[in-house]
Amino acid sequence: MIQQERMTVVCQREIAKNIFEMTLQGQIVQEMTPGQFVHIRVSNLLEPLLRRPISIASIQKEANEFTIIYRAQGRGTNVLSQKQIGDEVDVLGPLGNGFPVEAVDKGGTALLVGGGIGVPPLYELSKQLNARGVRTIHVLGFQTEEFAFYEEEFTQLGETYYVTDDGSKGFKGFVTDLLDELQLDFDVFYSCGPLPMLRALSSMYEDKKGYISLEERMGCGIGACFACICETNEGQEKNYVKICSDGPVFEKGVVKI
Amino acid sequence: MNRLDIQLPGLDLKNPIMPASGCFGFGREYAKLYDLSQLGAIMIKATTLEPRLGNPTPRVAETPAGMLNAIGLQNPGLEKVMAEELPWLERFDVPIIANVAGSTTEDYVEVARRISTAPNVKALELNISCPNVKKGGITFGTDPVIARELVEQVKAVSKVPVYVKLSPNVTSIAEMAQAVEIAGADGITMINTLLGMRLDEKTGKPLISNVTGGLSGPAVKPVALRMVYEVYKAVDIPIIGMGGVSSVQDVIDFMSVGASAVAVGTMNFVDPFICPKLIDELPAKLDELGVKHMKEIIGRSHR
Repeated sequence: MIQQERMTVVCQREIAKNIFEMTLQGQIVQEMTPGQFVHIRVSNLLEPLLRRPISIASIQKEANEFTIIYRAQGRGTNVLSQKQIGDEVDVLGPLGNGFPVEAVDKGGTALLVGGGIGVPPLYELSKQLNARGVRTIHVLGFQTEEFAFYEEEFTQLGETYYVTDDGSKGFKGFVTDLLDELQLDFDVFYSCGPLPMLRALSSMYEDKKGYISLEERMGCGIGACFACICETNEGQEKNYVKICSDGPVFEKGVVKI
Repeated sequence: MNRLDIQLPGLDLKNPIMPASGCFGFGREYAKLYDLSQLGAIMIKATTLEPRLGNPTPRVAETPAGMLNAIGLQNPGLEKVMAEELPWLERFDVPIIANVAGSTTEDYVEVARRISTAPNVKALELNISCPNVKKGGITFGTDPVIARELVEQVKAVSKVPVYVKLSPNVTSIAEMAQAVEIAGADGITMINTLLGMRLDEKTGKPLISNVTGGLSGPAVKPVALRMVYEVYKAVDIPIIGMGGVSSVQDVIDFMSVGASAVAVGTMNFVDPFICPKLIDELPAKLDELGVKHMKEIIGRSHR
């Protein structure tokens, strides 16, 4: 159930260049699943006005806490990055439908492919897949080393490969170049990141089951405003979906990307 | 005594607060958050004869204290709205104002004729002011002669009172208001969004794929207030005011310049509970102003 809550900032730190990790405490944590997002109002003032959709990076239900990882790149996220421990933030959530962890059986293997700020939601997903006894392989792409994060965290959960555009960390090139080389064996892939990456993965692994998480500019975040529409491929029940409320996670092949 | 009730043609409002069309879908999403029966009315999303997919994304962009949108009247079409959305809304004790849009006069007339027969539709809001569609919409709303003809034809077929939603993108909004009043409009809703742009700082190109979008939110309130003030002086039919309403003071302001009720648009996205919050806060505001009933506020700027 979607709720609005004033949550308390319990941790805020810069973990890579302009990339912040913020932990918030509150009741709505209990409802969260990996791949869902929250809609954050960064100020009580009317400027900046709209909420910011930010994916859930990890969930700590026992502590009533969850963590987001976001890039401070515009007015809203810059204001968010100024929040101090103890400050309150207006959070609407949890929103959308997340990654289906049950798509891989115990003992199976999941390939998690992330790009840039699409990497965070894969962390909680990997934690939950591991908890189910699923082996996880992570292939994470970043622009350069200075933007990369969570190496230790992902490595603890499974085989982890880093890819950067300039080779400053890990493999040089695109994640798909590395995947071509690795020829991995897995049952299901999960991915979040730039559209060209999601497109390439979907065609590369045509015969595999896969899930992709999409991003679009949103108004309401709950399905009312029709701002974040995505057309579906032929054969689907509806000719469009709303990324905020029908997604952000879709099974590969459902939407036109 | 209910200090907030307002009677308007076709509309028996428990209070003067309603979500504006296009900012509330058909209510399903907000119904998960609160009881829609609390609302004065609901202005549902624009309905066209055929389903519409709308414009390519990105369709929204934030601006200082506002937002631009170019959704493009996406909706499931008259048949589906009649068969699924309106019957679903019957579970709430709230009058529905159906926003009617079209590309041609015939479209408008047909949608109006049929949707006005739905039991919970108590009024129509004729959308002659959408700035985001190539055909119809604003082309009907910027020429008083065309607007007058359209309103006359819709009035001839509608089973319920017809309110006309005016565009601010005209030289004289009072002239447009007078034209639709002469044509038989029962009320006016105003304002629709102001045509605007935002650029991508890096590329210098428009951020919205449609190039332009409709500006809404607190940024437009001063313009909307001025226009309601002008129209109130120009016509005798009631006005439902909107444009950047974000607080109880904004509600009072709109009613002071002449609105009989107030719609909340963009702020629903910022605070999905804004409408019930405003309704709750109104009685205390009336006390503060030393006013017994909401309607005493209407038009006080002019007195």
